[in-house]
Amino acid sequence: MGWFKRSPWVLHYNATSCNGCDTEVIVSLTPLYDLERFGIINTGNPKHADILLATGSVNEKSVQVLKNLYDQMPNPKVVVAVGICATSGCVFQDCYNVQGGVDKVLPVDVYVPGCAARPESIIDGVLKACDILEEKYAQQKKTNVRNQP
Amino acid sequence: MNSIYEVYQSLSMLERMLVFLVLAPFVGGFLSGVDRKLSARLQGRYGPPLRQPFFDVLKLFQKERIVVNKFQNVNILLFFVFTVFSGALFFAGADLLLTIFSLALAGTFFILGGFSVGSPYSHLGAERELIQMVAYEPMVILMAVGMYQVTGSFKVADLVQYPKPLILYLPGVFAGFLYILTIKFRKSPFDLSMSHHAHQEIVRGIITEFSGPSLALIEVTHWYENVLLLGMVYLFCGFNPWIALGVTVATYLFEIFIDMNYARFKWQLTFGSSWLFTAVAGVSNIIVLNFMR
Repeated sequence: MGWFKRSPWVLHYNATSCNGCDTEVIVSLTPLYDLERFGIINTGNPKHADILLATGSVNEKSVQVLKNLYDQMPNPKVVVAVGICATSGCVFQDCYNVQGGVDKVLPVDVYVPGCAARPESIIDGVLKACDILEEKYAQQKKTNVRNQP
Repeated sequence: MNSIYEVYQSLSMLERMLVFLVLAPFVGGFLSGVDRKLSARLQGRYGPPLRQPFFDVLKLFQKERIVVNKFQNVNILLFFVFTVFSGALFFAGADLLLTIFSLALAGTFFILGGFSVGSPYSHLGAERELIQMVAYEPMVILMAVGMYQVTGSFKVADLVQYPKPLILYLPGVFAGFLYILTIKFRKSPFDLSMSHHAHQEIVRGIITEFSGPSLALIEVTHWYENVLLLGMVYLFCGFNPWIALGVTVATYLFEIFIDMNYARFKWQLTFGSSWLFTAVAGVSNIIVLNFMR
């Protein structure tokens, strides 16, 4: 009935960001932008989260943590890549230790480009992710019904 | 003016319980929404809509069920059942002591739920919850004792219709109860184990491993508990329903105000100060009352 749209809880993980995008994510919570008016809460706990906000390109060290966080989130879940590093790896993509954008590791649903991504575009990306969350839930329900005899 | 009590008396005990079971989640959820909106306004934010807590709970019921330990959700279910049971007893007008003890039992199941999983964060949260419980429990029992001293009855139905204002006999007990109410409402400065606002800190410890439907159940239980506690505040002014309702609402707003204005205490200070306040305000009130008789 559209409850996911009304209360998306966000988990934020910094893969190897320069902190630019992280600051912008946190800035979205401040009185000027106020994410909470959409019911969005920045949880620190993957088990409570619906949306994974990943910032920065993925390297050898952070890939395990990122996968682990994703696996701990209950279904349905959505991944949002925030910033140009998370979408493609940007200038770091040729580095010896960098694997590339978040989509090299996880199924990314929404890309939010920008260096650093503006709070407005982050909020827009999260709200787009809510629609995808709804679709995923509807799909999940359909397959569950089909699987039952 | 006393028509509320006439309606109350016309209902049988079971009907009163049913009314509580149905209405309490709506009232509790609405109060929680007011809390979030008002907190946001006090911080200069716009804040979520008033119905936000209901959206959150309905969403959590749609999420996948992840179980780390098979006893984890049983404990939460018992936490829910005993909280609702104590609330139903209270609003049916039964024994106040039984209500308090079954509420303590509900709290114990919540702590067991926190301890039943492997996460160190959850264990730390459960330990903090235990400390909080030790901190507030004496004052809750003193409240029942004080009310008995004035009215000569433990029955909620008698207490609420006592013709004189209990708050005039028990100002110290009321102040002490307000103090520990901050712990029970999980408000700053005493929100050590399940804070409302600090989502990323250790103070959310006890619910670390609960997700989806069981987290929703914890939230709904908290709503029931809040309504029950506000009912206890109501008892202090039961002689006049309108004044009592006013005091109850004012108490809730006061708790939100305190929540926004205080930094979090350490557990030592939480524990020490609440026992000190219980001794100074609660026990002395009861001793004075004893000499006045």
